[in-house]
Amino acid sequence: MVTHTAVLRGSPSRARARRLGSAKRTVEGWGFVAPATILILGLSIFPAAWAFLLSLEKWNGFSTPTFLGGGNYAEIVGDQQFWDAFGHTALYVVLFVPASVLAGLVLALLLNGRIRFVGVYRTAIFVPFVVSPATTGILTNYLFDQQFGIVNHVLGVVGLPQQGWLTDRHQAMLVIAIMSLWGSAAFTTVIYLAALQDIPAELLEAAAIDGANRWQAFWKVVWPELAAVTVFVTIWQTVQATQLFDLVYTTTRGGPLNATETIVYYLWDTAFHQFQFGYGSAVAYVLFGGTLIVTLIFVLVSRRRSSEVI
Amino acid sequence: MTAVLRRPTAAAPRARGRRRMLPFSPRHIALIPIAFVFAVPLLQMFLAALSPSAELIQYPPPFIPSHLTLSGFQRLFAQSDILRWLGNTVIVSVVAIVSNLVLCSLAGYGFARLRFHGKNFGFFGILATIMIPTQVLMIPTFVMFASVGLTDTLGAAIVPWLASSFGVFLMRQFFLSLPAELEEAGLIDGCNRLQVFWRIVLPLAKPALATLAIFTLLGAWNDLVWPIIAINNPGAFTLQLGMANFQGVRRTDWALLMAGNVVATLPLVLFFVAAQKQFVATMTFSGLKG
Repeated sequence: MVTHTAVLRGSPSRARARRLGSAKRTVEGWGFVAPATILILGLSIFPAAWAFLLSLEKWNGFSTPTFLGGGNYAEIVGDQQFWDAFGHTALYVVLFVPASVLAGLVLALLLNGRIRFVGVYRTAIFVPFVVSPATTGILTNYLFDQQFGIVNHVLGVVGLPQQGWLTDRHQAMLVIAIMSLWGSAAFTTVIYLAALQDIPAELLEAAAIDGANRWQAFWKVVWPELAAVTVFVTIWQTVQATQLFDLVYTTTRGGPLNATETIVYYLWDTAFHQFQFGYGSAVAYVLFGGTLIVTLIFVLVSRRRSSEVI
Repeated sequence: MTAVLRRPTAAAPRARGRRRMLPFSPRHIALIPIAFVFAVPLLQMFLAALSPSAELIQYPPPFIPSHLTLSGFQRLFAQSDILRWLGNTVIVSVVAIVSNLVLCSLAGYGFARLRFHGKNFGFFGILATIMIPTQVLMIPTFVMFASVGLTDTLGAAIVPWLASSFGVFLMRQFFLSLPAELEEAGLIDGCNRLQVFWRIVLPLAKPALATLAIFTLLGAWNDLVWPIIAINNPGAFTLQLGMANFQGVRRTDWALLMAGNVVATLPLVLFFVAAQKQFVATMTFSGLKG
């Protein structure tokens, strides 16, 4: 191709040749990127747009859809079951997100640097990350079984009263949050570890020379350096938490007394048990929009804060 | 253990002149109980899978079984279709990994190196999909799968995993970090783009390909949402869906259920222990994509 253009350079048909070259490059370029691009866009942008159209309709998947406009969205506003699901999801976010961010920070500080047996500790804490939600759910049912579970057994041994756990509507979400934390602490830990590695050693040496103790060095030097990562993992874990479904499906199925019915579980139930595809799509979009707004607020607030500090 | 984690770092300065009250780092005092608590669920899972089933439904349940037995596994293989589910999951994962490696590295290379019409349009389209959550896609994807006859087949579990925006993004970043001179030399020597990609670029991309393979393996092997939505046919159950449904039938046979959990988890756990460095790199990068 290189010699080809060299020969043609300066000839009267140069413009035509360049057009041909550009056409050839376009074919070549799309030859490389088209298969993945078509699959990815076809399986996300296209269905996402379709879901928005569905959210404006009443449709059970078989009959002719009826156009409702904003009717589904108006119905959500007065849907008590949706707001209950929203409350359960919010409870889970509150239980899970701060704990997972804090666990990641503490574990990363403990595991960072040279310490004996760090490989053993890391393996023990990281392995749960590869365990699937289905396995985690079945395991949760076993560990927290009211009668035969090891957790109640341990409570009994140390003289504490037995708990209902997954059968108690005030505790079920806590159990789910604990087991989510078990499976995902590795993620926040790894992100914080990477951030800790990026802090230049000179900063801490300078702090030590200035006479800062370890506590001061952490709050004055390390913590500000971790601010951006903390905002990121908080947003990330919040978005993940608002989408809780798998672990509910494999443990409580939304019970007891709907106490663990999250928004996505409600959406799944609405769509695939009651076949309200239009209404389900509207619920999905409300959640999507809500997540976007929360993310935006997080980013704006954290930007303003960090600019104030500077 | 990993090269990255080994270098002495800022947040853990060497105890320079610090008085030592203990012969070991005080961090062990925190880490030993934490690591133990993290290890208990899986240890209990393995022990329960090897326990006599009667011991798991007596009160109080023993922490350690009186003797080890494979009867849980025997019942699992006799009463469930676990081998078929395992086979299905292996098929889903292998197809997903091969497809992701091929399609995402091709696309990543195209977006990183080639100049063509519509390139930015395509790339920003892919970037935009990263924000779209699964729950928005569930209903239309189900309807699409139903209309082309994919529901109740293994295809419904495979198709969502054929390519990923994460993979394209990862590979593009990697190819951008390579010097272009090697490829130019290849082109001058008369290779076409595909040959340059295949012979020169791809052999250099092994670390990125390993990250992508692990990311896809974790996603495809552990996926529950797509099979739940689109598969009702027991012959096409994956491990995750099969076990999730089976626990409803065998609720108190804990040895059997934990044996199933072991079958579903052990391959990934062994793989993790063998390639921990690559797994950690994958987890770090999968977070950074956001």
